[in-house]
Amino acid sequence: MTAVAQQVARPRKGRATIERAETLAGLAFISPWFIGFLIFTAGPMAISLFLSLTEYNIISPPKFIGVANFQELLTDPRLGLSLGNSFFYALLHVPLTIIVALALAMMLNRVGRAAGFFRTAFYLPSITPSVAVGTLFLWLLNPRVGLINRGLDLLGINGPGWTTDPNWIKPGIVVMSLWSLGSTVIILLAALRNVPNELYEAASIDGAGSWTQFIKVTIPLISGTLFFVLIVNTISSLQIFTEVYTMYFGKQQSGPAASAGLFYNIYLFRQAFEFLRMGYASAMAWLLFVIIMILTAIQLRLGRRWVYEENT
Amino acid sequence: MSAISSQIRLNQGQRTQAPSHVWKNVRRVIFIIVLLFLTAIFLTPFLWLLSASLKVRAEVFNTDVFPDPIAWNNYVTVWQAAPVLTWLKNSTIVAVLAAATVTISSAAVAFGFSYFHFRGRDMLFNLVLATMMLPGVVTMIPVYLIWNGLGQVNTFTPLWAGNLFGSAFYIFMIRQFYRSLPRELFEAARVDGANYFQMWWRIALPLTRTALIVVFIFEFKASWVDLFKPLIYLQNTALFTMPRGLKAVLDQFGQGGEMQWEVVLAASVIVTIPMILIFFFGQKYFMDGIATTGLKG
Repeated sequence: MTAVAQQVARPRKGRATIERAETLAGLAFISPWFIGFLIFTAGPMAISLFLSLTEYNIISPPKFIGVANFQELLTDPRLGLSLGNSFFYALLHVPLTIIVALALAMMLNRVGRAAGFFRTAFYLPSITPSVAVGTLFLWLLNPRVGLINRGLDLLGINGPGWTTDPNWIKPGIVVMSLWSLGSTVIILLAALRNVPNELYEAASIDGAGSWTQFIKVTIPLISGTLFFVLIVNTISSLQIFTEVYTMYFGKQQSGPAASAGLFYNIYLFRQAFEFLRMGYASAMAWLLFVIIMILTAIQLRLGRRWVYEENT
Repeated sequence: MSAISSQIRLNQGQRTQAPSHVWKNVRRVIFIIVLLFLTAIFLTPFLWLLSASLKVRAEVFNTDVFPDPIAWNNYVTVWQAAPVLTWLKNSTIVAVLAAATVTISSAAVAFGFSYFHFRGRDMLFNLVLATMMLPGVVTMIPVYLIWNGLGQVNTFTPLWAGNLFGSAFYIFMIRQFYRSLPRELFEAARVDGANYFQMWWRIALPLTRTALIVVFIFEFKASWVDLFKPLIYLQNTALFTMPRGLKAVLDQFGQGGEMQWEVVLAASVIVTIPMILIFFFGQKYFMDGIATTGLKG
């Protein structure tokens, strides 16, 4: 009886020991992340939330001022301006990037082996350091002598003041951003290549033309990737900083761009590290976080309607 | 190993066939012509950057493709005006440290999340994924205060030491690779007396070398091009990384400054060339990495 019980119990005990050992080892392996999460994410989030309720300039200790920073957010005209600038940019940059990248990826998908060469060519701008991109475009977009307006001249178009006219500064930045769409092309191309050939064959046997095939076959089958690209691009475009900061901010703040090119993260950076208003900047950071969460939630909800999922 | 690389290649498989061969070929030729035209547009800025960086000041804005005379002197000027060699060295040190630490730590964490079963694992992994949503500016100020409190402002530490704790994107990516490894491999090693660390170090790591190289290259690039952290943490010119240095050169010689564009453009070429070299040597890894994970390059 006891022998039997022992025999039954032993493997059980063995499994429990292994489970315990596995749990400990698993926790040990993930501990770097967990420690980092506490020190560099969770802790700072709590501190940031606290700072957003204070006035703090690093030199003197933080002074608790309640929700005054958040009230200021509502009335600060520069905040409204910077938020508007970032939305304006995102609304142009995200759809244009996806449409142009999709068009390029679809062509690449039809040219056979040559795709490798073109893929490389389109990706090269993406590995160029953002500071160099900003510098380069400051020069390319120069209204008088820049390459872009010279090209437009050849077409008989009188190019706008990309870097000087407040109405054209953001469109100029969008033009610059389109130069770096290579990684989106590669992601979409990978998705297009996963669309089974038979579906196109079946569709064309059924008499579907190119456009119908595009709408009924291609788009649904890459909708998951399109959706991913949409969300990632939206989140990152609202946080644009380096290229624009390089072009228009820093030691010299150029006149018209100081307002027209004041994006949200640039304004936040200036509040924090130029004006040393750490409390207000923290409140700004939380506002951005909330906006991004709301936008992503909306996109996820709408996405459920149009994203086609094969297996779930 | 071959299972992994074939998994990567999955995406590069089939190509679509059009109903008629004639039409298919005509269409291909049309597309190639259009793509060649677009490629020219995409590559022109590079050509111009390179050519203008070799022009004398009076000609820097002209439309000639080939500079005449060739002003190699621009590179000498930027070399003399700014400690470019020091900046390149600083960038290299920071990028290697950042890439090496994040590769090893992310691989360890990814192993913890893929091989072991323990309570709360999936919840913690979702937390890893959730942190990717968090805009960097939310934690920026407190993290600055931490480094400031530790006396690490104006040193390289804040630029890479956070990488000792892994990075969500890379953890996710390496975990995908680990999940494709057959569990029997590890069971066999355990029968042979390997402990968990050896199972990771001797089996999981070598078998996922491709993934580790992808992570290393991506983080090296991310660190090399970063302006944000150097802007916040570095004040001494001698400590600048190359992008921070280029920004300083632009402020001094570019718009609103002394308007010596040829010097600014020469500095831009210098910061870009290492990236292009790395890209051509690691091209396969770049493409695989982006296609499989959707990582933003």
